[in-house]
Amino acid sequence: MPEGVVCHSVDEVKKKVSDKDKLRVVKAQVHVGGRGKAGGVKLATTKAEAIEKAKQILGMDIKGITVEKILVADAVDIEKEFYVGLINDRNTKSVTLMASAEGGVEIEEVAKVSPEKIIKLTIDPAMGLMPWQARKISLQLFSDPKQIRQCADILVKLYQLYIETDSSLAEINPLVLTPDKQVLAIDGKMNFDDNALFRQKDIIAMREADKDEQKEIEANAKGLSYIKLDGNIGCMVNGAGLAMATMDMIKLYGGEPANFLDIGGSSNPQKVIDAMNILLSDKNVNSVMINIFGGITRCDDVARGLVAALDQINTDVPIVIRLSGTNAKEGLEIIEQTGLPVVKTMREAAQKAIELSKK
Amino acid sequence: MSILINKDTKVIVQGITGRDGAFHTAKMKAYGTQVVGGTSPGKAGQQVEGVPVFNTVEDAVKATGADASVIFVPAPFAADAIMEASYAGVKLVVCITEHVPVQDMIRVTPVLQKNGTKLVGANCPGLITPDECLIGILPAMIFKKGNVGLISRSGTLTYEVVNMLSESGLGQTTCVGIGGDAVSGLYFIDLLEMYENDPATEAVVVIGEIGGDAEEQAARFIKEKMTKPVVAFIAGQSAPPGKRMGHAGAIISSGSGTAEEKIKAFKAANVPVAKEPREIPGLVKEKLGL
Repeated sequence: MPEGVVCHSVDEVKKKVSDKDKLRVVKAQVHVGGRGKAGGVKLATTKAEAIEKAKQILGMDIKGITVEKILVADAVDIEKEFYVGLINDRNTKSVTLMASAEGGVEIEEVAKVSPEKIIKLTIDPAMGLMPWQARKISLQLFSDPKQIRQCADILVKLYQLYIETDSSLAEINPLVLTPDKQVLAIDGKMNFDDNALFRQKDIIAMREADKDEQKEIEANAKGLSYIKLDGNIGCMVNGAGLAMATMDMIKLYGGEPANFLDIGGSSNPQKVIDAMNILLSDKNVNSVMINIFGGITRCDDVARGLVAALDQINTDVPIVIRLSGTNAKEGLEIIEQTGLPVVKTMREAAQKAIELSKK
Repeated sequence: MSILINKDTKVIVQGITGRDGAFHTAKMKAYGTQVVGGTSPGKAGQQVEGVPVFNTVEDAVKATGADASVIFVPAPFAADAIMEASYAGVKLVVCITEHVPVQDMIRVTPVLQKNGTKLVGANCPGLITPDECLIGILPAMIFKKGNVGLISRSGTLTYEVVNMLSESGLGQTTCVGIGGDAVSGLYFIDLLEMYENDPATEAVVVIGEIGGDAEEQAARFIKEKMTKPVVAFIAGQSAPPGKRMGHAGAIISSGSGTAEEKIKAFKAANVPVAKEPREIPGLVKEKLGL
């Protein structure tokens, strides 16, 4: 990697960056793509210029995220750009290594137009990525023995990091060859598996989220899966597939869903209370559709949670309920006491929720 | 006939002493499934819902001759439970547990291949051959014996569709919820092949969702290999573009995983795609000439 320092303030840039004149790159450190296009990456030839660029970039907004730190690194002359990446591949059910001599920003285009230029290797999880395999890939990118070794070393380390951190994607793009024949990783990106965060404390500590994501993370901590959308009909559903189908249904009949909310399986009444709180915290919501088909979720649990939630939350947002499946009879008996409208099918529920939202 | 399970299937429950394990043991038994044992380390000799508890899957298999297992253990221990069952010689493992780390599933895969174990899930509702055997958390009362096979990546959406099929007189041979995780056991094409070879199955319903390219692969398989009619539904048609995947994701999936692409692939394979779940029974009847 090229030499560089991470700075959180202009003062830090003044302290950490040397007085020497050289070409440097000042890069916003944010967890979103497209920062270059947003003006978050700038070149500087002197220290004074680096400080000036740091002033411009620190505090700027890139796709809803405020830039709180920057990387000031030596700019690197590039002779050639490569791509290397690791991903969880659904089809081979393994980690797959990909590499291409055509690196840089156009890698997706390369994949589409000339897929033969992407080298792929399926990694045996028991063996891991062995040095000989890494060399085999490197041999197809480089011809100089020293460069081959440098690249292979980078690949093996990338795989180790990938496994240690439960990644779902790790790519170096570009991996470059400099005019003085060094192999350097210039930029990289990693995604992590949400399901494995329970054993990745260091990764969780690095998490940064915008306002909407914050809400999603809070919901997650409560065992709910929530994504805010732009519509006005709140939905609470059990199961991701049914939740998506519920949104589809609302849209099909002319409404706009306000969110995706899956209360998951094995729900206890507290989950329903939490779910209602999250739903109603969105001020755009003016009707709520609850669609439950019980399997592992028991309808009576949902019903009890709902009664408790409505006791606690003061709301005049109209609610329509549909309960089916495991313990539906017991659940419906509990709901009856609340006097809320209950319908039999998901289509009726969607139609009713749309009607209520217009009042 | 049916696929994967029938009235002779003997099932053990891994994690039988937990809240969900015990609750669904009772439900499965009530349906008539032969639940012959359960496991919970250190609790051998106890009984749950009249079912004997063993310390290990190996002990349970030796004592009962079980050929299937269903897993209700928490996510951090799910992969371990799958491998334990596989090495104990269980032929069919059904993992209900959700939120299993992907790397764990990747490590499980070669073990399954080596031991010849079939895995359904993780993060799935299980499977059922109506009137014979139910493994998992499916609500039994909505299923009806018949000649339609059903495969789904979703749990509760499956119930929704099955309920409509049964109400319109279309019973099922076997319904399988394969789970919605990125890396899981049996995929659409594995099951489509089983349905194609099952004499009792006359039509198949495939319920897919956005993400990945399992539906596109299924469509290709149907076009090239299947003689039986297939009807599909895709959930997530209104979903906004999901979290961006990196370049590597786009390369691997060779598509963006949108509903439009999946629908297009199915239509190209002469598979009608329902606009909403309620249309599915009608489309199946049309294909069967009913």
